Amino acid sequence: MSSFSVTEPSNRSKWIAGFLVITYALITMIPLVWILLTGFKSPADAISYPPKVVFDPTLEGYVNLFTTRTRQTQEFLEANPPQNWADEIVRQYDMVIVGPSKFGERFMNSVIIGFGSTFLSIFLGTLAAYAFSRFKVPLKDDLLFFILSTRMMPPVAVAIPIFLMFRNLGLSDTHLGMILLYTGVNISLAVWLLKGFIDEIPREYEEAALIDGYTRFQAFYKVVLPQAATGIASTAIFCLIFAWNEYAFAVLLTSANAQTAPPFIPTIIGIGGLDWPAVAAGATIFLIPVMIFTILMRKHLLRGITFGAVRK
Amino acid sequence: MSDRTIDRVAQATPERVARKIRGLSDRAIAWIFISPTIFLLLAINIFPLIWTIQLSFTNYKANRIGREVKDVGLRNYERILTDSDTWLNMQATAHFLFWTIFFQVLIGFTLAWLINKKFKGNDLWTTIIVLPMMLSPAVVGNFWKFLYQPQIGLFNYIVSWFTGKDPSSFEMLGSVTLAPWAIVIVDTWMWTPFVMLICLAGLRSIPDYIYEAAEIDRASKLRQFFTITIPMVLPFLMLAVLFRGIENFKMFDLVVQLTGGGPGSVTELTSINLKREAFEKWRTGYASAYAIILFVTVFGLASIYVKALNKVKQR
Repeated sequence: MSSFSVTEPSNRSKWIAGFLVITYALITMIPLVWILLTGFKSPADAISYPPKVVFDPTLEGYVNLFTTRTRQTQEFLEANPPQNWADEIVRQYDMVIVGPSKFGERFMNSVIIGFGSTFLSIFLGTLAAYAFSRFKVPLKDDLLFFILSTRMMPPVAVAIPIFLMFRNLGLSDTHLGMILLYTGVNISLAVWLLKGFIDEIPREYEEAALIDGYTRFQAFYKVVLPQAATGIASTAIFCLIFAWNEYAFAVLLTSANAQTAPPFIPTIIGIGGLDWPAVAAGATIFLIPVMIFTILMRKHLLRGITFGAVRK
Repeated sequence: MSDRTIDRVAQATPERVARKIRGLSDRAIAWIFISPTIFLLLAINIFPLIWTIQLSFTNYKANRIGREVKDVGLRNYERILTDSDTWLNMQATAHFLFWTIFFQVLIGFTLAWLINKKFKGNDLWTTIIVLPMMLSPAVVGNFWKFLYQPQIGLFNYIVSWFTGKDPSSFEMLGSVTLAPWAIVIVDTWMWTPFVMLICLAGLRSIPDYIYEAAEIDRASKLRQFFTITIPMVLPFLMLAVLFRGIENFKMFDLVVQLTGGGPGSVTELTSINLKREAFEKWRTGYASAYAIILFVTVFGLASIYVKALNKVKQR
């Protein structure tokens, strides 16, 4: 608190540091802001030169993202007046909405596979982490390292035998297959993070419970689990974000049925190439949940991204 | 230690009561809790790995189911290691690894050092800087392709605004000389915050009294920086480099979206080449051998590095 502390930076250096960091932050935000803006542009505005910062916002990108459309003759258009605002938007290109696009389905696949694998990772991970934290397990360090080392394998390398295995088991392009696969990838993160969180809960709580007549199992779920709730929640969010963002396995192993949003969004085609406003709209909807989670998680971020190696 | 406390309590009570108190033995619970995880890892990681090793000695093609599979011994390995394209891919990967880590360490450390000056609102700005790192590399990488468009892209526009060059005169993704840098730029944009966060933790772990002591000894600020700050942050920095090194060796999503390995094969990193061999040319046996070579390389390099890291930590 003393104003003469030698370790406290001077006001001037604080001011310079603040200026530089804020400048970097603003530059780093440009691509993200550009995604947001492009989602509200018309295709013509999106590809205009010089790039437009001020433009007439339109929901065209979002309409194109969620619908499939066909071109119609003038007679047809005149005979069928537009029924709602979305219809009116596509009418300017002599088109009518004929149905929903695949985006909703792909997004739901991301949700199902993301939450399914997160639930399974957390369930298995919590049990394993508790055992590693509390019991003498033979070869504990080797097992823990083995669990971690499974993360070093390039996904494309693992994808070859997984592809063959899933084909034989009938798991190709299914939700269940992808949930199991993502759980297999996430479990190392879950075990390492959760072990760190459970290590921090004093053993005395359980010991007291054991002496009070609880069984080990009761002590685990009545004493340890509630104490570990924050840790479990933040681990779950990290698993969810990983599964949400994963691309390599998704693009190689899924297609018509279980494809998630990341391989789908870059393939949204409009007239003459990629429909950038629709791509940007899809990206916006897809990225915003992660941004919100990141902001909520900022206290545990470091721990999550380093497998618990750095705890602050 | 506390296990022994429990044991003593258990020993003092009669056998029948003890069993009731403890239910299943700890050892049994430990195995019940751990085995599902180990089983899953065996099924999803180890079994495939063993299968890959086995396939790597064959000429199997996964798209021709009825075809006879022949044992070819070490021929796949021999062909990969003597193929000059392999070394070009390795070079592309090395270029990508070296420069991404170089820039991320440089910028990441500088940012952490500045944030550690604890100016007002530094928490808020740190959170904003961190955002790109958490986003889907495939989705973001795809959008960067739009920013890199020669005539209409924002990146080219901004560069031309500063340099006066015609924005359609250079193609970041289409030029053989620029494309390797285009992927370095996006990866640096995305992952610098990762290095920054770890460095920040390192800087915050240095206790104030060390600087106070240095100040009493009249060490200059510059000297304090090189004799206190850098050595104390080094283990953290090395950890960050380890993580980025492994991740970027595996790099796939971002670069596939940006360049797909092109133009030609100047940005064809090893993972992308592997994908072509395995899922486009369907040379499953050959690709399996390639996968094993990659895995051994990452594992070997990482082990050597971890040894070095532990030495630095002990100092």
